[in-house]
Amino acid sequence: MPMSWALFIAAVLAAAGYLVGRGRAFSVAGPDVRDLHSRPVYHGAGVALLTLTPAVAVLVVAAGLRMTGILTAEAGTLVGVFAIAASLAGLGWGVSRIGVGFKARNTVEAIVLGLLILCSTIAILTTAGIVLSMLFETGSFFRKYSWTDFFFGTEWTPRFQGNSRLGLLPLLWGTLYISLIALLVAVPIGLFAAIYMSEYATRRVRAIAKPAIEVLAGIPTIVYGLFALITVGPMLRDYFAQPLGLGNSGSSVLTAGLVMGIMLIPFVSSLSDDIINAVPQSLRDGALGLGSTPSETIRQVVLPAALPGIVGAVLLAASRAIGETMIVVLGAGAAARMSLNPFEAMTTITVKIVSQLTGDNDFAAPETLVAFALGLTLFVITLGLNIVALYIVRKYREQYE
Amino acid sequence: MTDLPISAGGDARPRSSLLVADARTRRRNAAERRFRRYGAIAIGVAMVALVVLLTTIISGGAGAFRQTYLSIPVALPAAKLDPKGNRDPGEMAKVLTLTYGPVLDTAVEQAIADTGIQIPDLSAKDIDGLISREASAQLRNRVLANPDLIGQVVDVNVLVNGRVDGYFKGRVSMESAAADNNTSPRQLQLAEALRDRGLLVTRFNWNFLTNPDASDQRPEAAGVGVAILGSLYMMLVVLFLAVPIGVGASIYLEEFAPRNRWTDVIEVNISNLAAVPSIVFGILGLAAFINFAGLPQSAPIVGGLVLTLMTLPTIIISTRAALKAVPPSIRDAALGVGASKMQSVFHHVLPLAMPGILTGTIIGLAQALGETAPLLLIGMVAFVKNFPAAPPEGLFDPASALPVQVYNWTQRADPAFIERASGAIIVLLVLLMCMNLLAIWLRRRFERRW
Repeated sequence: MPMSWALFIAAVLAAAGYLVGRGRAFSVAGPDVRDLHSRPVYHGAGVALLTLTPAVAVLVVAAGLRMTGILTAEAGTLVGVFAIAASLAGLGWGVSRIGVGFKARNTVEAIVLGLLILCSTIAILTTAGIVLSMLFETGSFFRKYSWTDFFFGTEWTPRFQGNSRLGLLPLLWGTLYISLIALLVAVPIGLFAAIYMSEYATRRVRAIAKPAIEVLAGIPTIVYGLFALITVGPMLRDYFAQPLGLGNSGSSVLTAGLVMGIMLIPFVSSLSDDIINAVPQSLRDGALGLGSTPSETIRQVVLPAALPGIVGAVLLAASRAIGETMIVVLGAGAAARMSLNPFEAMTTITVKIVSQLTGDNDFAAPETLVAFALGLTLFVITLGLNIVALYIVRKYREQYE
Repeated sequence: MTDLPISAGGDARPRSSLLVADARTRRRNAAERRFRRYGAIAIGVAMVALVVLLTTIISGGAGAFRQTYLSIPVALPAAKLDPKGNRDPGEMAKVLTLTYGPVLDTAVEQAIADTGIQIPDLSAKDIDGLISREASAQLRNRVLANPDLIGQVVDVNVLVNGRVDGYFKGRVSMESAAADNNTSPRQLQLAEALRDRGLLVTRFNWNFLTNPDASDQRPEAAGVGVAILGSLYMMLVVLFLAVPIGVGASIYLEEFAPRNRWTDVIEVNISNLAAVPSIVFGILGLAAFINFAGLPQSAPIVGGLVLTLMTLPTIIISTRAALKAVPPSIRDAALGVGASKMQSVFHHVLPLAMPGILTGTIIGLAQALGETAPLLLIGMVAFVKNFPAAPPEGLFDPASALPVQVYNWTQRADPAFIERASGAIIVLLVLLMCMNLLAIWLRRRFERRW
């Protein structure tokens, strides 16, 4: 690994540069350090940054070139030597600039500010990366498979020999059905839990219930998935589906929906808690003063006032449910079908992304590329929901601030 | 106006006393009680769900931490195990694991004959199948590490077959064994007799924490060692990348950024990224880091990079909240005595915001530790038997991760792997609990209210 060695040597050089720069600043300052424009530490730091930055820049550019195939792995040594040379040049130039009037602090601060700006653009780069990576692959998918068949196809039967039917609708149906059940579980429970916690609960109850619900929020989704697989699924099958003659499958829409609903309870409850607390106390006091009972106050004053925020919270929860993967992978099954029976196994967009992209991938086959189209669809749906939800929540917050 | 008689205009409501609740009041009070009960039920449902979830996982996974071993003396014949007779480990390595199987089988048969246990219709298959298929490999490793053992009779603790182990843990019964190809009621009777004589012991299973994954037929040997190491490597990557980048971005956005269109774009972007489904980050990782950048599949470095991008928004949001909580008077005071803007931030604001930043970071790391979906797409589901090397080279070796290992085990046919999966979840939950407790402790210890 000549490149990581080059990085290590550059770091050592930078440390040396710091000491040299600081020492030189002391020596040019003469008897009184206060004559310097910047404190010696800044001179040292300036030299160190000028030593390290060129080497890192060279290495990053070289790594980029290697990924695109312009540079071969054998060029590593050459790149390393080049990086160290750049770092030595930076060191020499940095040391030569040190003088009584040299504004080392301003230079260092400018470099640091540049680094901070660079950090904040990573978020933009991530989004761009997500969109670009999916757009390219989706484009090549639609060159191999008609987009009308994808968006309006009602059959999902990928085959390795080719001639697959890759219709989105059954997956979308499964996704929406499971999300609907999850929201039917999570929204009433989460909302009532938030109302009870903020308006009724005694301090003792709150001291137990609030952390418990937070624990529920901190449990990884794979744990919920295993819970669905080994407990909820068999239970629903043995006590409901089979006696009622509705199915024999342990993994079902209801299994995944129920467990996902439990997962979303803390999410809905903490969002609604914030929103209910944002309703001004004066509204409550007014209603109570007119003789309403606490529940009448909540139902007729607090909830209507908080409604936009709660709608936003429900939309955010819906976007979480649509994008959730592990619970549906383990709880919902893999059969793509469009049926109303909640005890039947159905599948979702996320499950199919996982199943098409794990194992050996052939990135020329539409069966693999369809995962990117599914990912883009998922991204667009959740992004739309998030933007609307965040807009509503923000608008609502401004109303009472 | 004030002199109007109260009952003017014929009051439809009957007169009533304040001390007696009329029908309407009773109805309203009942509605009140009902509403209140709904709230209590909601809390109750959430708590019951939590308790049921944790108890099923913990009771299902506790078995993974206990394992049944058979301790027997084994004679190691030099003729078979070291045909050249020079005790050179290089030469002995040519003797395959296959050769050690019969050696162990003879030892087991001998040990059973010594105890004088009589079970009708006991076949050789029942006896040989008593011990795990992993046992011969373990014996071989032990012999290769210490060639002088050859020719001696050594006491060994061998893993017992997963079904027999399951019988002692209550997972396998005589009835299920009768219908099972991999075990038989006779074998279980034999195991019981051996336990009564103290040869079979069930004890705490450290190997679950240190062993790598094992193949489909030997659930008893499977452990989470590689997965823990892989998760640890990924956490290191996240720590070294997400924290500096996240804190840097927050400092810029909170302290330096001008209010303009560009920073608005960044802000909206970050809040949207926080809500992007995690699997989408997996697709990004596959397309960008593996297909485009050519990094190896199943490597912790790729997992770490994906998790870094995923946790960045969390870290940025909590760091910004911590920076915002530092009162402006601190900044003003620093600027007032002549510090530059940069100095006021790095010398005064940042140290004061540190506890909040650390808390947010730990919570972000905990979130990353439990994440599964994106790791499935970058090949972490692969079966990995070898431990990755030490970092930095080890970051490029194939490894697993705790939550992915859980998923992996749920896909195996043998029900013993479900117990392993629950056990791995217990390990994961204990790690998460430690991280969250650390975060709570940090908050309690260093939090300052202004």
